[in-house]
Amino acid sequence: MKFHKRLLRAEPSFRLLSKLWSISWLYVLLICTLAGVGYVTLYSAGGGTPYPFAAPQAARFAVGLVLMITVAMLPPKMLVRIAGPLYVLSIILLVAVLHMGHVGKGAERWLMIGGLQVQPSEYAKVALVLALAAWFHRISYARMGNPLWLIPPAFLVLLPVVLVLKEPNLGTAVIIGGIGASMFFAAGMRLWLITLLVLPVPYLAKFAYAHLHDYQRARITTFLNPESDPLGAGYNIIQSKIALGSGGMWGQGYLHGSQGQLNFLPEKQTDFIFTMIAEEWGYVGAVTVIGLLLLLILGGMLMAIRSRNRFGRLVALGISMNFFLYCLVNLSMVMGAIPVGGVPLPLVSYGGSAMLNVMLGFGLLLSTWVHRDSRFGESENQDQA
Amino acid sequence: MRLRRRRRESSRLMPIKNQKDPGRGVFTRRALLFMALQAGALGELAHKLYQLQIKDGDRYARMAASNRVSKRYLAPPRGRIVDRYGVALANNKENWRALLMPEETTDVSGTIERFSTIIPLDDRDRARIAREMRHQRRFIPVMLRDFLSWEEMARIELNAPSLPGVLIDVGTRRVYPEGELLAHLIGYVAPPNERDVARSALLALPGMRVGRAGVEQSQDEKLRGTAGSVEMEVNSVGRVMSELNRVEGVPGAEIGLTIDRGLQQKVLSRIGEQTASAVVMDCRNGEVLAMVSTPSFDPSLFDSGVSHAQWIEWTNNERTPLINKAVAGVYPPGSTFKPAVAMAGLQSGLFSPTDRVFCPGHLDVGGTRFHCWSRWGHGSVDLHLALKYSCDVYFYEMARRVGMDRIAETAHQFGLGTALDIELPHTRTGLIPTPTWRQAHHHHWNGGDTIVSGIGQGFVQVTPLQLATYTSRLATGRAVQPHLVRAMNGDLGPEATPDHWPELGMPDKYLAALRSGMFAVVNEQHGTAPKARLGLPGITMAGKTGSAQVRRVSRALRESGHFNSANLPWEYRPHALFICFAPYDAPRYAVSVVIEHGNTGADAAAPLARDIMTDTLLRDPVNHLTPPPESVANAETPDADTPPADTPE
Repeated sequence: MKFHKRLLRAEPSFRLLSKLWSISWLYVLLICTLAGVGYVTLYSAGGGTPYPFAAPQAARFAVGLVLMITVAMLPPKMLVRIAGPLYVLSIILLVAVLHMGHVGKGAERWLMIGGLQVQPSEYAKVALVLALAAWFHRISYARMGNPLWLIPPAFLVLLPVVLVLKEPNLGTAVIIGGIGASMFFAAGMRLWLITLLVLPVPYLAKFAYAHLHDYQRARITTFLNPESDPLGAGYNIIQSKIALGSGGMWGQGYLHGSQGQLNFLPEKQTDFIFTMIAEEWGYVGAVTVIGLLLLLILGGMLMAIRSRNRFGRLVALGISMNFFLYCLVNLSMVMGAIPVGGVPLPLVSYGGSAMLNVMLGFGLLLSTWVHRDSRFGESENQDQA
Repeated sequence: MRLRRRRRESSRLMPIKNQKDPGRGVFTRRALLFMALQAGALGELAHKLYQLQIKDGDRYARMAASNRVSKRYLAPPRGRIVDRYGVALANNKENWRALLMPEETTDVSGTIERFSTIIPLDDRDRARIAREMRHQRRFIPVMLRDFLSWEEMARIELNAPSLPGVLIDVGTRRVYPEGELLAHLIGYVAPPNERDVARSALLALPGMRVGRAGVEQSQDEKLRGTAGSVEMEVNSVGRVMSELNRVEGVPGAEIGLTIDRGLQQKVLSRIGEQTASAVVMDCRNGEVLAMVSTPSFDPSLFDSGVSHAQWIEWTNNERTPLINKAVAGVYPPGSTFKPAVAMAGLQSGLFSPTDRVFCPGHLDVGGTRFHCWSRWGHGSVDLHLALKYSCDVYFYEMARRVGMDRIAETAHQFGLGTALDIELPHTRTGLIPTPTWRQAHHHHWNGGDTIVSGIGQGFVQVTPLQLATYTSRLATGRAVQPHLVRAMNGDLGPEATPDHWPELGMPDKYLAALRSGMFAVVNEQHGTAPKARLGLPGITMAGKTGSAQVRRVSRALRESGHFNSANLPWEYRPHALFICFAPYDAPRYAVSVVIEHGNTGADAAAPLARDIMTDTLLRDPVNHLTPPPESVANAETPDADTPPADTPE
């Protein structure tokens, strides 16, 4: 074993192989398992055929897998350098989508780039994680105590949040805000500052409600009382609850979920795919999926803790947080616990942009893992010493 | 302070030195806090899911079942209507329709345009198609045209490649093989309107029809049947995924009429071009064997839609083709009313059959002179002669003495001026006027009104069906009700037996006196209707003529001696009426004939009634004048187009 490691280190041409070797393949297997669950469910959502959902999704996952491994090879130093440009690109795309984007189902916006549908808001989340991590990495922990150093990253967060809200995509805006907040917290923001900022939140919320779109307000109202509009805004939630409930403990059986197979379930291949799983596989299947998701999240968090550089820690935490918030919003939504918003279940739901960006995020996470022992940045001199 | 201490603790656990990587300890602690929150949040979701799936699972499972099962009703086939020998009078035929499945064509309007070059569509069709397109889901077909001929279908099939989404489908349409012959009796059907649907949800089913006239209307509910249902698994937009359960409906009942289609045909041809109506009734049980009203109309036009021009033509026609004159035409009965007046007189006890009245040709009452139809009078007449000669003065006098109330009571007993129990809509009651009725309308009842009522003029109005009923009751002494429905799904009702009908309660000797008077009208010398004598061996007929003025004849005209109603314009000529029954000694059939503006009952109505009665008697299988044909014996396999017997001319 030692010899083998030495061999890999000795020969520069083996360095890539060595890096590949150090990828957490257990984590990759976990990702593939969840994607497999997605494939199987999409097969059912397509009425027991690989088309139109399952097969394209598998192809996307294959592309995403290659992307993930590639990104995992990138050294953090390089990532820090490209974080700024990537962030600027994401803001340009967000502005572009506001002006020339296509709108689907009321609120999702995408751009057509080279025949591909690109959802800039998905990409913006990854870019924001990188940009924030790079910023906090650069200013080092020592400067976290000075609120002035926190103003630029606050704008880094607010800019995409405002742009996504304008789309308008409430769910994604909340997730972006959540990612930003969690990274501020993890980077070591002082508690007194946090307290100072959290206190006025209720008043801000009141103000925000007054400026929400009618349909966004309708979502909140429906959320509070879904039966008030059973065929309108509340339809999705009620049908989803019926599907969940009819699944029972062991489910109605694969390919036999009546709600999903009979199209009562709205957007069963995207936002409500978890409902389909719960209907066909029952509580047992649904909890298994939740368990898999939790393993991925906690695994990512452990990778963050294990990293010896600030940048890697923050990237890994941001990505894990993104994945967690994704799952949280989507699952709460299908269970009728929060208002409906166009947030898919990562890895499982049908959709190209979301899949590729999730895989991009996992690539960054694995890069953190691969380069977990590399110590760089913050203070070059410290490293020297 | 607490935080600081913890940091120190945790840093001890970590193998990395704090000085070299400041903030790592804070990060680790805060990341662990996040992990706890994440695990807690997903755990909470798993708990919520447990509530939804396991605890409330049953409730949601029930909701899911009702979500996916859609119950649809199947339109039952409408019952047939057949005549007394099983000949179909109203039937269901296949109706070939061209449908367009909007979701199967990319260019709906283009497909409709190309279709219209093959099968022309008029503006009404186009408007209806556009309306259905707007309201229906894309997988529910829209009807382009129905009632396609074979040739039209062939043309559509030939052009099928250029007509994506167009398919040919078969529904049913109501057909009336006898057309105008029975239009008034059978009526017709039409698609239900919103009010019908509000009353019965069954009618919302496609292809359901509602009877709009005749037996189709009166027996509508029996003809409709019971809807079957099919439970289907549907998806959220209503598309059928699979069939779960099917309950076949009950087809509508087959209604067997009392009508004899062959006789009806004969009566119609006897009437010819005259505007008239005739009723042939079995006077023992009230079965209506034939009921003709001319002119008639083609009922099949209603199923496919009546054009505006046709409708105007019908409604403006003074001969009223749409009205069944036998039940909805009211006429003064004229002299046919006299037997009823006589019965009132006899029953009152004020008259006996042998009491005589002197007829000088007129009767003066209170300064008004009432003329007899004979200017020279009939001399001294008793009841028998008064009926035979149809002496007006005798009945003027009788009416004057008996009074209108008694006459009305007896007339009502005979069925005149009453609502009869016939299975037809839009019947009229007619009227036997009484002083009470007149006063209710704020008019004064004059003695003269009673006197003219004695000869069936004035306000008296009856329908031809009432006349036939009256004749039947007079002939049998039983209170028969005319009816058209004889059997339901082949089962005879109790009405078919004569004993079902109660006695009228009129003394037989009085009835016999009236019958003999009516016998004299036809068969004795100087009777008013010698033309009504039957040419059949061993069978005689009794009858009564009637001529009902539609306009008062002025005294000047009458006294000028040149009055001849035949010279009047058609619409001013009197109606010609005749009622009769036969055989005289064992009454079996009653016939009433009203020819609008036919001038005199004796010349116009009596021969017609004789011919109708002859046809009726010759077709009677019981009379054995002709052997009953096969088709009569076996009603199940009707020989529709060959009548049971032919009249030897």
